[in-house]
Amino acid sequence: MSKRKVKDAPLPLGDCLTEAQQVLRERFCRQQLPDRPEGVEAQHKHLLELLKRTAVHGESNSVLIVGPRGAGKTMLLQCVLRDLLEETEVQKNLLQVHLNGLLQTDDRVALKEITRQLHLENVVGDKVFGSFAENLAFLLEALKKGDRSSSRPVLFILEEFDLFAHHKNQTLLYNLFDVSQSAQAPIAVVGITCRLDVLELLEKRVKSRFSHRQIHLLSSLTFTQYLQRARTQLSLPDNFPDSKFAQEWNEDVTTLCEDKSVEEVLQRHFHSSKDFRSLHMLLMLCLSRVSVAKPTIKPADLLDASRLCLADAKANMLHGLSILELCLIIAMKHLNDVYEGEPFNLQMVHNEFKKFLQRKSNSMYNFDQPVIMKAFEHLQQLELIRPADSSAAKTQREYQLMRLMLDHSQIMEALQKYPQCPTDVKQWAMSAFG
Amino acid sequence: MTTLLQHPGYEEEKLQRVAELLLCREVQAGTLLSLMGQPQQRCYPSIFIYGHRASGKSHVMNVLLKELELPHAVVSCVECVSAVLLFEQVLLSFFGCDAVSLLPRSPSLSDFVRIYRQQCSPSPAKQTRYIVMEKAELLRDTDANLLPALLRLQELVEDNVTVILLSEIVWDKFRPNTGCFEPLLLHFPDYSKGELQQILSQDRNPSYSAEFYSAYINILLGVFYSVCRDLRELRHLAALNFSKFCEPLSEGKVKETDTHKLWRNIEPHLKKAMQTVYLREVSSLQWEQIQQMDEKETGALRGLSAHTHVELPYYSKFLLIAAYLASYNPARTDKRFFLKHHGKIRKTNFMKKNEKTSNHLLGPKPFPLDRLLAIFYSVVDSRVAPTASIFSQISSLVTLQLLAQVSHDDQLDAPKYKCAVSLDFICAISRTVNFDIVKYLYDFL
Ligand SMILES: Nc1ncnc2c1ncn2[C@@H]1O[C@H](COP(=O)(O)OP(=O)(O)OP(=O)(O)O)[C@@H](O)[C@H]1O
Ligand SMILES: Nc1ncnc2c1ncn2[C@@H]1O[C@H](COP(=O)(O)OP(=O)(O)OP(=O)(O)O)[C@@H](O)[C@H]1O
Ligand SMILES: [Mg+2]
Ligand SMILES: [Mg+2]
Repeated sequence: MSKRKVKDAPLPLGDCLTEAQQVLRERFCRQQLPDRPEGVEAQHKHLLELLKRTAVHGESNSVLIVGPRGAGKTMLLQCVLRDLLEETEVQKNLLQVHLNGLLQTDDRVALKEITRQLHLENVVGDKVFGSFAENLAFLLEALKKGDRSSSRPVLFILEEFDLFAHHKNQTLLYNLFDVSQSAQAPIAVVGITCRLDVLELLEKRVKSRFSHRQIHLLSSLTFTQYLQRARTQLSLPDNFPDSKFAQEWNEDVTTLCEDKSVEEVLQRHFHSSKDFRSLHMLLMLCLSRVSVAKPTIKPADLLDASRLCLADAKANMLHGLSILELCLIIAMKHLNDVYEGEPFNLQMVHNEFKKFLQRKSNSMYNFDQPVIMKAFEHLQQLELIRPADSSAAKTQREYQLMRLMLDHSQIMEALQKYPQCPTDVKQWAMSAFG
Repeated sequence: MTTLLQHPGYEEEKLQRVAELLLCREVQAGTLLSLMGQPQQRCYPSIFIYGHRASGKSHVMNVLLKELELPHAVVSCVECVSAVLLFEQVLLSFFGCDAVSLLPRSPSLSDFVRIYRQQCSPSPAKQTRYIVMEKAELLRDTDANLLPALLRLQELVEDNVTVILLSEIVWDKFRPNTGCFEPLLLHFPDYSKGELQQILSQDRNPSYSAEFYSAYINILLGVFYSVCRDLRELRHLAALNFSKFCEPLSEGKVKETDTHKLWRNIEPHLKKAMQTVYLREVSSLQWEQIQQMDEKETGALRGLSAHTHVELPYYSKFLLIAAYLASYNPARTDKRFFLKHHGKIRKTNFMKKNEKTSNHLLGPKPFPLDRLLAIFYSVVDSRVAPTASIFSQISSLVTLQLLAQVSHDDQLDAPKYKCAVSLDFICAISRTVNFDIVKYLYDFL
């Protein structure tokens, strides 16, 4: 690794690092738009042309952007909008309405939000409308220019599009698609969703009004590309205030990505998810470990970050159980083996535990039933065990049927890691794994 | 130790103070601080911190945010029975009460986000704003959109805001069906025995020496650690029983250093506390009163934990006994137990081949009323025949939840019941009427 000579640099190391953190955090945490979206040029071009037709030529349209979480759907749209608005004509004319299925949970709320975003609250006043369609038509009519010859184009963006399909009668979707098909006013409807089966959620009359244009963001990334992506995401831009620092940083990043162990770690992540967002999380964890005392990202940082990302949370929780609770879990494991996964109740678990205790003289674990009950309830509270059926209200607690929500390997791992696990307990557990 | 808590952008003194308050949580605090970055820098949009109860999740967050004077709102999902309270609390903490007054009556998430955006666009965050959600698992029971919206709040309001969720449940049990913005996961490991000792020893009473108090904590952990690792509970137990520990000392019987004698004095006492205070069967106040009573009187405590303070009428007791027998004995064995001249029938005679598991493992089975009455008349026979209304007694047993009615909507005329009391309980009841129930239980034959 290169040694940085602080004195030669125009900025002190501390300031450089602060600046580097600033830049990279904007990328990883704020989801700042990239200058140029990588690997989705075709989709970008397609969408841009589509929206231009509405914004410039006043044609109506509808399109869905479909892709997994964190694949860059929102980013794609935002980049297209940024490029679209470069034309001053468009900037002056185009109106945007941003809706989100998480926020506008029914069509009444959505309509209010549309009115607000189009700045038509005063125009609408206390008018009462007979129907949703009438209201929407009024809004669009109100947008017409003074001479009423042409309307201003409106872009409707529906994030979490699938959630709008759950609204009563899909009224909003029906009306938006309906307008986009008739020549009432130039609108473009852009739906963003992570559900590949989204069309099946649409009612027939809604579906038939949709253009059936879909833009898919399904990544066919190779590992080499992924590795390359990790490198560019960690790199500092050319306009970084201290170019010498940036250059050295980028060289260090390149060296890092050539490291064998780093490659292995990234390979593991590549196989579980290829999207940008999970990569950002991993890189963020690495970045957070950079300080003046340790001004570069080392392979060990990536290893630790990866361990944190891939840690088994349940195993982590098992580590903190009391020895009594752990014993109960082992007893459940035995019961699961004997009864082939049939649900069990506390009495059976306690009985199994007693069988273990009988084999040893030590009375250290002789707890009263209520103490055991409390331990059992704690396990339930942690959702490590779960009632087999919800209709057990009338059953006494000790007879309520339960299922263990852990698998073989999780219990095994927990036992290995358990601090000062008594040997006899370990042996007892092993006898179930025989 | 304090080297872990060094970070540009924060004052040395404040960090020093944080380190002092976060004994045994330096690593976690350090990780969090480095994720948070400098106050004006971005932090990851959502962070999910999980760990066992009282593992210091809230403590660490509170100390960090308060001592470093960062803008934050702490919201307890237990207190926020409706999302409105959550919205109000966040707006109040970040923008003051004027912002809260903008919320319409019964506001929606849409209103909240709109007002947040309105408020923050003239005054964008100069420092990362933090929203801490305590007991976040309760978010799953509210409006289904609330959790996914909070996780990507940063994107929705376009502000430098980070949402931190605290829970004792693992993240996998939160993830909605269609996915969501995945938070960064952080685990707070449980405190080891040594760490608990270290933290609990901090609470020492200034009139005793540190060694003395630490010896006390050591004994306390010796009794409770195998059952309970909850710092909060242990701290409570430590405070409650300390005066008893000091008793021999104030009476001048032993010296502070005579740990063994002190141990012999306190250990049985702590074991008793396990059965009562720990299980919340007596309140802390009752426990303190009991401590002042004679040793003999404390024997009454066992009674309390067996719930025998339920006083039942004489025949109700027999009804309950009959119900217990009907619940736990197979019906085909009734003859054997309750027919006067059944001759000699051995258990093996009516034992089915595959009958291995005891009925006391499987729990009570439902029985019809006529079977209950048959058993009842047979167990009560030698005594005076009951005149009291049997049916009203049955229904009052149901009200007391000692009997459970198993509803069968299709058989309105034939209700079925289950006995809902434990073996210990029924044995205690039987003893009061001189009935040896164990002799009549198939499982114990
Ligand atoms: N092609 C790309 N080039 C550069 N950055 C990208 C690219 N695709 C995605 N990103 C980055 O990845 C992150 C996640 O992308 P984005 O928020 O658009 O995902 P999404 O598909 O909208 O996810 P969700 O379904 O959860 O809303 C963002 O920070 C984005 O800038
Ligand atoms: N390291 C510590 N030093 C001193 N006191 C601590 C420490 N950790 C926890 N405590 C104290 O223990 C109690 C419980 O801790 P805290 O409330 O942080 O737990 P938690 O992890 O938030 O638990 P829960 O899941 O129940 O909310 C608090 O009163 C806190 O002050
Ligand atoms: Mg998105
Ligand atoms: Mg807490």
